[in-house]
Amino acid sequence: MRTYYSLFKMRLLKGLQYRVAAIAGVSTQFFWGFMYIMIYEAFYSSTSTPQPISLRELIQVIWLQQSFLVFIMLWYRDNELINLITSGNIAYELCRPIDFYNFWYAKLIAQRLSGALLRCFPIIIVASLLPYPYNFSLPPSFISFVLFLITLTLGLILVVAISMLIYISIFYTMSGTGSLLIFGVFGEFLSGLVIPIPLMPEGLKKVVYMLPFRYTSDLPFRIYAGNIGVHEALIGILIQFFWIFILICLGKLWMKKALRRVVIQGG
Amino acid sequence: MKLYFKYMSILLRCQMEYRASFILLSIGQFFVPFLTFIGIFLLFQRFPSIGGWTLYEVALCYSVTHIAFSLSECFARGFDSFSSTIVNGDFDRFLVRPRSTILQVLGSKFEFTRIGRLAQSIVVLNFSLTNLNIEWNSFKVITLILMILSGIFIFTGIFMLGATLCFWTIEGLEVVNIFTDGGREISQYPLSIYKEWVRKFFTFVIPFGTVNYLPLMFILDKVEGNNILYMLAPLFGILFIVPCIFIWNFGVKHYKSTGS
Repeated sequence: MRTYYSLFKMRLLKGLQYRVAAIAGVSTQFFWGFMYIMIYEAFYSSTSTPQPISLRELIQVIWLQQSFLVFIMLWYRDNELINLITSGNIAYELCRPIDFYNFWYAKLIAQRLSGALLRCFPIIIVASLLPYPYNFSLPPSFISFVLFLITLTLGLILVVAISMLIYISIFYTMSGTGSLLIFGVFGEFLSGLVIPIPLMPEGLKKVVYMLPFRYTSDLPFRIYAGNIGVHEALIGILIQFFWIFILICLGKLWMKKALRRVVIQGG
Repeated sequence: MKLYFKYMSILLRCQMEYRASFILLSIGQFFVPFLTFIGIFLLFQRFPSIGGWTLYEVALCYSVTHIAFSLSECFARGFDSFSSTIVNGDFDRFLVRPRSTILQVLGSKFEFTRIGRLAQSIVVLNFSLTNLNIEWNSFKVITLILMILSGIFIFTGIFMLGATLCFWTIEGLEVVNIFTDGGREISQYPLSIYKEWVRKFFTFVIPFGTVNYLPLMFILDKVEGNNILYMLAPLFGILFIVPCIFIWNFGVKHYKSTGS
């Protein structure tokens, strides 16, 4: 465990080095946040029928999405890992006396954490200073805040488990672009980053609820916004645990299989 | 001009060497924006209109923007990835050749995989035109073509500005994405749905408004009064490239080699 912890710490510190990139990222994310809010505001003002998620709740979700973008996006690309696989340097990694899956898992989580830590606070602080109704506000109750923290953490564990599967597929395809792109695009759609899940048609919603993607970001953010009640949130946490268990087992098994037939590239 | 086509054919053959990867990337380029459009489509299932515009009108706006973006990304890719040219010191070689730097940078890279994105936008364009009842006449056709042309010029201009910044910063800046990707996303919808200051900025500073919103009003017969101004609006968008070229030349003069 101590090995993973120090690995984790090293990666975290490394990520915190890139401060200017983070500032640039923050301003870009602000722009996107504003744009989405304006678009949805225009949509909402065109009708008076109540929607499954109110504009106010949606604004909370949008700000959360922007501030935790690094946490939740599937295609957070780790070139180092891809290069290791395609260049054959993976041979060195395999010599280390630790489990390869856990090793990369710790690295990927640290990378996301450092990226999000740098970006989320500035966005949240500035967004909460905006005038009503565009501002970011406190969750409806203390319980929903606690539930938000729990589901967000589980969501992070889940999203890394999913992205590990994408990386393992590179052992077979040898090029990251194809599988990353397809996975990333569809995964993003299914986790409600293109349009919010409550606004999807009923049939599609059923499909989305059956897949793991939604539990990475949609669940915690809607709990924070007050769109999902305590009861539903507790069920959501159980489902998160279920998916984490399944996907990590699957990833470990697949990794073992991939490593057995691994061809070391290069000379 | 002949030189430009020569550059193009060489790079096309070069990319065709990796056929499988080319096809995969093109397919990916098709799906990334297509899912965005599916998103817009689904939103319109729930909401009747956005700021008075229907789904098909928005689709027209969307397709024009994406056609322009994909074409300019294909041809002006050299500017988009210019920071690597500077970091490598490759720009020195451009300077010693007896041709203009703009031509050479334009010719240094073509991204033909954008054909996927182009195909996607043409599908959407078709979808919108078959569902819209427009009385076509030659003026409207010209306006539509002008819109796309002007869009290409504006995106290329922004890529050039971003590249010019690299003369000072060396690194490419993520902030430039606000104007390229962000501009693209913003002008997917008619500009009238946004707040006043956004509309003004994207009409007078970066003239996306002249590409989609103003001429679209003409094509969809939403204009009252003077048609000509709305029809010719894309021409103002084309003018955007002129200051960009000046700034580029200014940047070239200030270029200091990074060596190695």
